[in-house]
Amino acid sequence: MMPTFRVLSDDEMVQVHEASVRLLGKTGVRVEHEGARKMLLKAGATKAKGPDIIKIPETLVEECMDLAPSGITLKGRGGKREVVLEGDRVNFNPGSAAMFIRDYETYDIRPSTTEDLRRFVLLTDALEFMAMQSTALVASDVPKALGDIYRLYVVLCNSDKPVVTGAFGADGVPPMNALLMAAGQGENKAPMAIFDCCSTAPMMWGDIPVQNLLDCADLGIPAELITMPELGATSPATIAGAIVQGNAEFLSGLVMAQLRRKGAPVIYGGSATTFDMRFATPRLGSVETAMLATGLAQMGRSYKVPTHAYLALSDSKTVDAQAGLETMIGALIGVLAGINNISGPGMLSSENCQSLEKLVIDNDICGMALRLGRGVQVDAETLAEDLISQYSPGGNFLANKHTLKWFRTETFMPSAVIDRQVAKKWKDGGSKDAARRAGELAEKIIKEKPPAPLEKGMAKDLTVGLLKAAEKRAVKASELPLR
Amino acid sequence: MTKLPPLMAKEMQDALIQGDGLNAERLASEALAAGISPITVMEEGFVPGLKRMGELFEAGDVFLPELMMAGEAMKAAVKVLGPAIKASGGKQTVRPVIVLGTVEGDIHEIGKNIVAIMLETAGFEVVDLGMNVKADAFVKAAKEHGASIIGASALLTTTMEHQKDIVEQARAANLKAKVIVGGAPVDQAWANSIGADGYAETAKDAVDLVARLLKGGGAT
Repeated sequence: MMPTFRVLSDDEMVQVHEASVRLLGKTGVRVEHEGARKMLLKAGATKAKGPDIIKIPETLVEECMDLAPSGITLKGRGGKREVVLEGDRVNFNPGSAAMFIRDYETYDIRPSTTEDLRRFVLLTDALEFMAMQSTALVASDVPKALGDIYRLYVVLCNSDKPVVTGAFGADGVPPMNALLMAAGQGENKAPMAIFDCCSTAPMMWGDIPVQNLLDCADLGIPAELITMPELGATSPATIAGAIVQGNAEFLSGLVMAQLRRKGAPVIYGGSATTFDMRFATPRLGSVETAMLATGLAQMGRSYKVPTHAYLALSDSKTVDAQAGLETMIGALIGVLAGINNISGPGMLSSENCQSLEKLVIDNDICGMALRLGRGVQVDAETLAEDLISQYSPGGNFLANKHTLKWFRTETFMPSAVIDRQVAKKWKDGGSKDAARRAGELAEKIIKEKPPAPLEKGMAKDLTVGLLKAAEKRAVKASELPLR
Repeated sequence: MTKLPPLMAKEMQDALIQGDGLNAERLASEALAAGISPITVMEEGFVPGLKRMGELFEAGDVFLPELMMAGEAMKAAVKVLGPAIKASGGKQTVRPVIVLGTVEGDIHEIGKNIVAIMLETAGFEVVDLGMNVKADAFVKAAKEHGASIIGASALLTTTMEHQKDIVEQARAANLKAKVIVGGAPVDQAWANSIGADGYAETAKDAVDLVARLLKGGGAT
């Protein structure tokens, strides 16, 4: 059987849904986007007291609930790498939009650059359990006005995996989509990227994410609606209450997307977290964060849309035991919860610092978690009664066809990061800890792994797309480190 | 002028520590009815209670929810005392005033709210302008309240640009108030580049920064 983990019973999910719908109908949600407000009002929503607050009736929620597709298939540049977000499938990708990187040599947390991003993308491209790229780092050596587009440009130039990304401004989606088209999105007949659109807790949608999600609906690009209640700070302190609130915010986003275009692909995203009452920081590595993600994903599944969560990341500032244990908690629970898209690997410092060496370790963590998710296969061959009889008592199973057939798939084979040697060998090898081993492995992979070659003419098209966007945002070409 | 009885002062402090706004409001009214000066009630009754909460928070004995509740109780007391101070013709406060807000286009204000309460517990007077505040509104409020510091928060890389507008408008208006900035995408280099007087990463850093700036020391 496939092992699963749930935090809400069927009856409890009904209670969450009903509470969310009542909140939307009675209290409403603040929508800081005039066009979206007009669209909602025209469809039967009503104005509430207070600025820009719109009440969405249950009938409208119900009308929109079954419109979004239950599955989304993404194809990377060239169409070879495919990712399916549906059912129990789980896909990992690195946590996105960090402003900082942990320097492998100095351990310093410093602003990230184009070169950091390029290396990060090459590494992600090579790592087996990173199904998608994300625009993981913001390049500090590039003018802020072009930050979002430029990240995507670097990713597309250096990898052919699909991408999780997002725009920084209201006008970000069209030029970023132009880059995706330059990378062949149109020929693949599938979107190449997911765009994150985040609500603001509690119960608000800012102008930028709403414009982004409307643009995504127009273009047929999946919008990942990310709600981020923080327990006791921007949501009730109770896990159930935070799920109700996050769910209501999601439903309001879903309604806007479907009103814009019926059938617009939407992902039930989540970045609900614990909030530390001592240091006023979000805790993405806490066990409750994984419980919240599970509950929210259960709601998403009940609405038959693909699900997402920020998990498998850490609040630690370095690659240490805390980083490992927090990442593992999130990865394991995320897989058992069947969350289709899990963003987080590589990330430290509560979603603001990426690390190449942590990404390498996390790739193993994700591999282990995915192995757990496959569960135990039970049939005549795997029960192996005859085999036991044949070699018992006292034999061994090493030189055997059955072993040869099964050992590679039954047991997850970790990379060199996971130390399995005898102590003497480890000492002889320089007594390196996991972070050091991972750093060396990252360097080796980046050095030996060439970027996925760009199809003919594509390099030029991508550069043209970037420069066009740069011109529009008054950024000179001379200010950009190209590729 | 009638003195504030020590027992009553203790009750006022307890009301804040327990986050009991109703009690704080009642005590403030009683004190005024007894003919005690509103400024005395504020400075000897309630402000020490808030400062005590700040110390308890620093020591790790209370957490943010308790601190915020104390802040709410303080507001309930101010609701009674503020008009009385104004009516007596006195200046509302002798404490330095900090004008705080989240910049235009940005609706993220929990960080700013935490900075506000931490400043209040450290003995500063905070005028909180809320979220999505235009640059000229910061400047106007700073003038109106005789602020020593303007604090501008931004969570988005797209809205942090407005911190620059605030610095420019404050300079253009010849304000004596210093401008400090904070928020997730903001750092010291950004603060320097827009000519801000300081940057703080955490709420605690913000309090230290304000204290340092008001002593006449520059930001580090």
